[in-house]
Amino acid sequence: MEDIDFNQYIDLMAKLIDLELKDEYRDGVVANFQRISTIAQVVNEFTLPDDVESSPIFIP
Amino acid sequence: MNDAVSIATRVREGKITATQVTQAALNKINARNHELNCFTAVTTEMALADAKRIDEQVASGKNPGLLAGVPFAVKNLFDIAGLTTLAGAKINAENPPATQDATAVTMLKQAGAVLVGALNMDEYAYGFVTENHHYGATRNPYDTTHIAGGSSGGSAAAVASGLVPLTLGSDTNGSIRVPAALCGVFGFKPTYGRLSRAGVTLFSSSFDHIGPFATSVRDIAIAFDVLQGEDDLDPVCTKRPVVKTSNDSLHNIDGIKIAIASDYFTQKAAPEALAAVEKVANALNVKDYVSLPEVHRARAAAFVITASEGANLHLDKLRQRPQDFDPATRDRFLAGALIPSNWYIQAQRFRSWYRDQVKEIFQNVDVILAPTTPITAPLIGQQTMILDGEEILVRPHLGLFTQPLSFIGLPVLSVPIQRENNLPLGVQLIAAPYNERMILQVAAVLETMGIVCAKQ
Repeated sequence: MEDIDFNQYIDLMAKLIDLELKDEYRDGVVANFQRISTIAQVVNEFTLPDDVESSPIFIP
Repeated sequence: MNDAVSIATRVREGKITATQVTQAALNKINARNHELNCFTAVTTEMALADAKRIDEQVASGKNPGLLAGVPFAVKNLFDIAGLTTLAGAKINAENPPATQDATAVTMLKQAGAVLVGALNMDEYAYGFVTENHHYGATRNPYDTTHIAGGSSGGSAAAVASGLVPLTLGSDTNGSIRVPAALCGVFGFKPTYGRLSRAGVTLFSSSFDHIGPFATSVRDIAIAFDVLQGEDDLDPVCTKRPVVKTSNDSLHNIDGIKIAIASDYFTQKAAPEALAAVEKVANALNVKDYVSLPEVHRARAAAFVITASEGANLHLDKLRQRPQDFDPATRDRFLAGALIPSNWYIQAQRFRSWYRDQVKEIFQNVDVILAPTTPITAPLIGQQTMILDGEEILVRPHLGLFTQPLSFIGLPVLSVPIQRENNLPLGVQLIAAPYNERMILQVAAVLETMGIVCAKQ
């Protein structure tokens, strides 16, 4: 993960969701996103059986 | 201070009036709130009018309800008719007043309880500290240089300081249990979906629960009973039958299998947090340990889902006016908005897997013991703490032991452990979904033994 340019990802993703990031928030957002990324890998690296579904509550 | 049940009993028997009790609570709030900063609104006129109505019912021989004349207050994310619901945010202060009470507020009022105000919290419930940039920090009644914990900090501190005997909070990752532990009171998070969240500002709907704070097990039980019931206004609210816990004696734990959570729940904790669990285990003569699988991944998945759902909920405001957010939540929300969908979906699928694993474990054990927080209440403004020789951030880690449990909606009661000349701690009593009664039975026995008790 070290070689990922989080600044680049954050700029593009923010544009895609129409979120303007002010310069003064950038360092904090990058730091927080890096933290989330590290934490997400703990889940992502774990292999789940294909038949495990998420459980959203949706009542038609 | 008297607990809610003793107040209601005396009101029903005509030994004291609801008006007297309410006025006394209002006086205490006036005298101490400037120091503790628990309340963001005090509903004096409404409270006295409600108390008068209870007194009229008592005088005319009508049943005023199980909680007759009991003053209570709610975290300021519960709707209160006539008041703007702040959810700890400056942005929400511009909203119009709520037109009706949250379901939980209505239910407590119908049982005769008297609402006296709204309580401080972390902005949008995103925190464990209640050091709110807009509305100030809530202070710990044991030592006002320390935090009350959060995000339901006002709810915990108001009970611990004796301002009111009963409050409501919400718990997404530990926001009832953490402040309950740090303020030395009982804090109960029933099973996900057990209590209606209608009229409550959500944070991360996958995990949002509500629940009571109180100074006795019987108060927690009676509040739990009163707050139950189907509610079409909350799609998550269960249609299971109501379970009454306060009618008969809870003081029997014969046949209840209890074990101590091992591995993850014994690491990165201060010695006193583990000693609190040991104290409870010894009192109950519990020697067995139980290991939950992949707990660190459960916490990680909860973190990803919370960040993602929370950010989505506030995305419009993050676009339009990020400068009006609390700096402590803003960057986390902004970062959460950028999470790839795959991370979120994988975390949700992991949640199903983990639920099934833990369900298996509850085939062999009924109640599991674990610390509530890894440390006692940090100082106000404290950024880091040392655990296992490692310096780590205070804010996210206060939920180390609570987050993996709310992740799958397990019912958990944090019971208070008082420590002479020291800040209190909490121990979590954890059960399988919908097994709240067993938790209350174990808590009632511990209370009778004098092992757990709230700040008096």
